[in-house]
Amino acid sequence: MTDNGNIIEVDKLVKKFDELVAVNEVVFNVEKGEIFGFLGPNGAGKTTTINMLCTLLKPTAGNATVNGWDVINHRNEVRESIGMVFQDPSLDDRLTARENLEFHAVVYHVPRDVRAKRMKEVLDMVSLTDRAEDRVETYSGGMKRRLEIARGLLHYPKVLFLDEPTIGLDPQTRNYIWEYIEDLKKREGITIFLTTHYMEEAEHCDRIAIIDLGKIIALDTPEVLKDGVGGDVIKLKTEDDDAALVELHTKFPGLDMMQDPECRLCFKKEKGEEFIPDLIRDFGTRIVSVSVHRPTLDDVFLQMTGKEIREEGASDIANMRKMAKMGGRR
Amino acid sequence: MMDRHMDQLEPIDSIDVEKKIEESAEAYLHRTNTRRAFTGLYIVWLRDIKRFWRDTPRRIGAFVQPLIYLFLLGTGLQAAFKVFGGSNVQYVKFMFPGILGMTMLFTSVFSAISILWDREFGFLKEVLVSPVPRSSVAFGKIIGGATQAMMQGIILLILMFFPFLYGPSWETLLKALALIPLTLLLSIGLTAIGVAIAARMKSMEGFPMVMNLFLMPLFFLSGAMFPLQGLPPWMTFLTKINPLAYGVDMLRGVALKGVSITGTTTGVMGKTGPQMQTQRYPMWLDITVVVGFCIVFLLIAIWQFGRQEG
Repeated sequence: MTDNGNIIEVDKLVKKFDELVAVNEVVFNVEKGEIFGFLGPNGAGKTTTINMLCTLLKPTAGNATVNGWDVINHRNEVRESIGMVFQDPSLDDRLTARENLEFHAVVYHVPRDVRAKRMKEVLDMVSLTDRAEDRVETYSGGMKRRLEIARGLLHYPKVLFLDEPTIGLDPQTRNYIWEYIEDLKKREGITIFLTTHYMEEAEHCDRIAIIDLGKIIALDTPEVLKDGVGGDVIKLKTEDDDAALVELHTKFPGLDMMQDPECRLCFKKEKGEEFIPDLIRDFGTRIVSVSVHRPTLDDVFLQMTGKEIREEGASDIANMRKMAKMGGRR
Repeated sequence: MMDRHMDQLEPIDSIDVEKKIEESAEAYLHRTNTRRAFTGLYIVWLRDIKRFWRDTPRRIGAFVQPLIYLFLLGTGLQAAFKVFGGSNVQYVKFMFPGILGMTMLFTSVFSAISILWDREFGFLKEVLVSPVPRSSVAFGKIIGGATQAMMQGIILLILMFFPFLYGPSWETLLKALALIPLTLLLSIGLTAIGVAIAARMKSMEGFPMVMNLFLMPLFFLSGAMFPLQGLPPWMTFLTKINPLAYGVDMLRGVALKGVSITGTTTGVMGKTGPQMQTQRYPMWLDITVVVGFCIVFLLIAIWQFGRQEG
């Protein structure tokens, strides 16, 4: 560990696959004991960065240390310091949960006399004790994920890497997993490094790095990042968007329009709810709906890159949840 | 008494003590690392065997496959030789060591496909990101594949005692016992070939392709099915650079010791055919070549496995 309290230090890390620059000179530090999130769309370079930090990939250039160990020259020390939960499942389906944990305990040199105790501990934590003797092929997706998290903690790592920990899971299981993660941070004090492309998940993090096209474009706490957007976002739907756009510009010159082709009538405004009465009064074009929402990390991303993070697979559920959350907040 | 004892003690040199502590710490670390490497190897092996044992169709297939080769192919070809006129030819006896070698070849090499499965299903990452030395993992895989091949090998060795092969006798027992280490050696070398290839392959589909392209010539030129005698020079050359030919020759040398294959038969069409050699090369040469290719492919497998990226 370095003196300054950073458990991960990354300096100008680069990874090229032939001509493609997947990670482009990223620089960041992760403080001991925090939940650090990597947020970005698919293909932004999140997994590539994690793979370099966990020694699965050799960086093309740059340096990184984990727990004070260089990821290129001290691979084994790095490997012993970290727990991994990969994006794709990495359990042996043909083995039972206990056998998977036993395998892990042996390859991570967990002393024989504490193995049984540790296994019980982590199985209890993810509520899988009853199913420990069942083969993993009989598990649901959420149970597999929980088992993987349990496995990642079995050897008491200093840093737990979670690559898209809740991808493809139903909302209930996601909440469940997030409870574990936050509980873990509180009780064990371990550092958690996670990647996600779900905005609402990034809100759980102490600090977030927003990554796009292999570069970090912002790094701060979620609150600071959201404050940087400047005001609430008002989304307007009308029967004739072209006419409405003209009307908006003439009636309210200097509106801070969002540069999003799919949301042409979206703009930012301080105290958005107080602006709505002014907006709808005498508005010539017929309005279908008006919505106001506090800036989210989506908006942060949108502002910084001019595009939205496209969600795959579970996107509908994710969006529904996001809407539900906003409804609750306002 | 006491004083004299004290006098004999050398003055304590602090640098010397430090050095000793350092040395013992290094020795301890070395011991720990060695133990870890072995436990890593063991758990990788254990997992592969568990998976093999739990897969019932695979287990049954593994037991039945050598019997199919021996009975169907052996009996059929023996009959064929009678049609061609070699009525006294004991083809099944001749072919048995070849079947043993063939079983080792296919089971050993194909066992390495488990690496590709592990890659496909993500488990390989769990292994590669762990602090267990990759050489341990590669070794564990090789020993695991060799174990599976040996299970089949043992079944074949038991069949040796049946009358249609070499019959129940002390001599057969000695032969079977001698064949165990030789078969194991062969299977380790062959699994290493599989691991060396599988370690760097990304696609499941490519493996059987490469294997067939590579295994079939290896197999046909090994002398497992037919004696490597009287062949055209180019083919003889190819058999001479085929390591498996030495392996089969080695097995045949042991299994056919003192066994007459062609007897005092007159050959095909009534002419006296060339006499069958039971072993073409001296035993020491066979064993040296097999040990050599075993070591070479072990090193290649470990090297290839070590340099793959997740």
